[in-house]
Amino acid sequence: MTGPLHWILQVGAITKFGLLSIPQRRGAVTATVIGVAGVVAVLVGVLSIAAGFQKVMAVSGSPDSAIVLRSGADSEMVSGFGRDQTRVIGDAPGVARNDRGPLSSAELFVIINLPKRATGLDANVPLRGIESAAWQVRDDMQIVQGRMFEWGKDEVIVGSGAAREFAGLNVGSKIKVGRYEWPVVGVFSAKGGVPESEIWSDAKVLQAAYNRGDSFQSVRVRLNSPGAFQEFKDSLTSNPQLNVKVIRQSDYYVEQSETLTRLIATLGFLIAFLMAIGAVFSALNTMYSAVAARTREIATLRALGFGSGAVVVSLLIEALLLAVVGGVIGGSLAYLAFNNLHTSTMNFQSFSQVAFAFQVTPRLLVRGVVWAAVIGLIGGLFPAIRAARLPVALALREL
Amino acid sequence: MKYLHLVWSNLKRKKLRTSLTLLSILVAFILFGFLSAIQQALVGGVAMAGADRLIVRHKVSIIQMLPESYKARMERIPGVSLVAHQTWFGGIYQDPKKFFMQNPVVPEEFLSMFPELVLPTEQKQAWLATRTGAIVGRTTAERFHWKTGDRVPIQSSIWAQENGSRNWEFDIVGIYDGKKKGTDTTPLFFRYDYFDEARGRWGKGQVGWFTIRVADPARAAEVAKLVDQEFENSSAETKTEPEGAFVQAWASQLGNIVLIVAAILGAVFFTILLVAGNTMAQAVRERTGELGVLKAIGFTNGQVLALVLVESCLLTVLGGVLGLGLAWVMISRGDPTSGLLPMFFFPTRDLLVGLGISIALGLVTGIFPALQAMRLQVADALRGT
Repeated sequence: MTGPLHWILQVGAITKFGLLSIPQRRGAVTATVIGVAGVVAVLVGVLSIAAGFQKVMAVSGSPDSAIVLRSGADSEMVSGFGRDQTRVIGDAPGVARNDRGPLSSAELFVIINLPKRATGLDANVPLRGIESAAWQVRDDMQIVQGRMFEWGKDEVIVGSGAAREFAGLNVGSKIKVGRYEWPVVGVFSAKGGVPESEIWSDAKVLQAAYNRGDSFQSVRVRLNSPGAFQEFKDSLTSNPQLNVKVIRQSDYYVEQSETLTRLIATLGFLIAFLMAIGAVFSALNTMYSAVAARTREIATLRALGFGSGAVVVSLLIEALLLAVVGGVIGGSLAYLAFNNLHTSTMNFQSFSQVAFAFQVTPRLLVRGVVWAAVIGLIGGLFPAIRAARLPVALALREL
Repeated sequence: MKYLHLVWSNLKRKKLRTSLTLLSILVAFILFGFLSAIQQALVGGVAMAGADRLIVRHKVSIIQMLPESYKARMERIPGVSLVAHQTWFGGIYQDPKKFFMQNPVVPEEFLSMFPELVLPTEQKQAWLATRTGAIVGRTTAERFHWKTGDRVPIQSSIWAQENGSRNWEFDIVGIYDGKKKGTDTTPLFFRYDYFDEARGRWGKGQVGWFTIRVADPARAAEVAKLVDQEFENSSAETKTEPEGAFVQAWASQLGNIVLIVAAILGAVFFTILLVAGNTMAQAVRERTGELGVLKAIGFTNGQVLALVLVESCLLTVLGGVLGLGLAWVMISRGDPTSGLLPMFFFPTRDLLVGLGISIALGLVTGIFPALQAMRLQVADALRGT
């Protein structure tokens, strides 16, 4: 009997033999499996925070909408326009129109303090004053509870994320803004995007409450097509009346998520990498003890004519299997514990809270299992080589 | 302690297994160090807050400004001993990603309000004498290689000068250090009088927030109430709270960091517990015969128990000390995120907690094998070989 089939049978036989001996080594095996599971759970768990935050940002901007800010402003907070300027921006070429005029919404953006439900401590919640086109310059906006506010009236609607994360934002309750009290009349959704973390009112109402005269902070427009962006941008930046910066809405949100995503990813990888090193040591320990416990058996097989290659491969398969089982356990734990866990955090760029949910994506799970497999391979390789190199006669004499 | 040699030889018996276990313990403690530093960087400010300081901000939100004239009114409130204000400048030096804070302040009251900022006397004099002067913390000075005498251009995303320009220039007249390890030495402070005169019409006479020192910290809550009452029903109502509460609310805006760190550390130590515990169990199992011999020649049950426990503690403490040491060296190299975590360091308190954990880990992992060893019957043990 020769050839690859024979070899595979050999590998199969030794692997089966190894796996059957697992109950005898359950302490060491459990330690390894749980060690790998811990690495994968932490890796997937931490990165799911970044993935969730990124998802909110990614669904918020479509390529055929744009945001206009004062040149030099990195967020709406520090931007500013007068009415005459917002009108010029709305009338620029490339902006889509309907029967009521250009799809352009000049907006105000301020922050109010509301307690987070989770902690009871004050958090910065964004309050946005909008014009009617706000519904068209964003995607998939819907009232999911109550009704839209009446234009010109002191009323607000709140995003579903804000309603969930902050106290006092139910339909029927009132929010206090300085000396004003505005009733919440509705809740809206925006397919999970950033607007869901915001409170919306009529721009005119907000202007009056904040003594802003007829000024705005940003203008959002819907373009005729994604390709119209350049034309729109060129016409604004070449206009001597204006001093603006024009960004595609999708790029704007990607930029906004950068700082936090970088922070989480850097720290998450660092922690998971260190944990992985620890898990490799644990796997090495287990596999060395597996080899030590089976020295005589392996030598017997070698004496019977099993190849050293088959020994190495079967031990690697064993380590790989243990690690992948650990990886799957860890990934499942992370999925069960974290997927769609709602929370909110500070978006450094807009200085305000963004509600989001942890996202344990299939990509993250695959990545977790790949990490597990690498840990298993490294942990199995050296013990396997040692086993294959054992002189048969010496090993048979052992014990 | 005369048996230390015996314990040590036992550990050396399976060198490979001991070193692998040691290494995984070591990695766990490096992680412990890192997570302590991260937590310190994100929520450590609470511990640095002054017990005798209150923060006064606009009731609606900190982004809204308060009139500078409030200062005089606050100073008249009984129990208030000092008032200083700051304003968010939102400046960028070279690259928006190289973030650090810059605030205009009134030098004398500011420096006496924050004695944790240590500035040499002659530099303080220079600041008082230079209108465009600014002082900067050691961390930022070293980051950008600034020296006293340098003139630094900073672009404000918020504040324009009278002529519409957003480019501001400051003369570095001093570099301050922190009195304690946790003091943030990244911000730059410049003079409010220069700022208020140079800024355009918008915002003139307005400041971001006030810090109040109360004469008697025990009466802080009472004073806070008085301050808010003073400005009730005005166009800019205030919210006054202890500095610690303000910082804590700020940190918790990021999310529940303490919980996340605790969860990760829990996962790490649970794993290590299993690995080290398994090693000790194996070690005792292999040595059943020898332990029987020790007992036969007169070792008491207590001595056998101690022998095993000392061995497991030696292993974990060795791993702990090496790990914490390595973590300390790595953390001393500074913030791994280039600027996002200005207060990234390893607090001494956590170093001690780490040592405590390493001893506890040794006891927990050793206790079951040790009890097993203690209960061995001499005859059974000897027969078992």
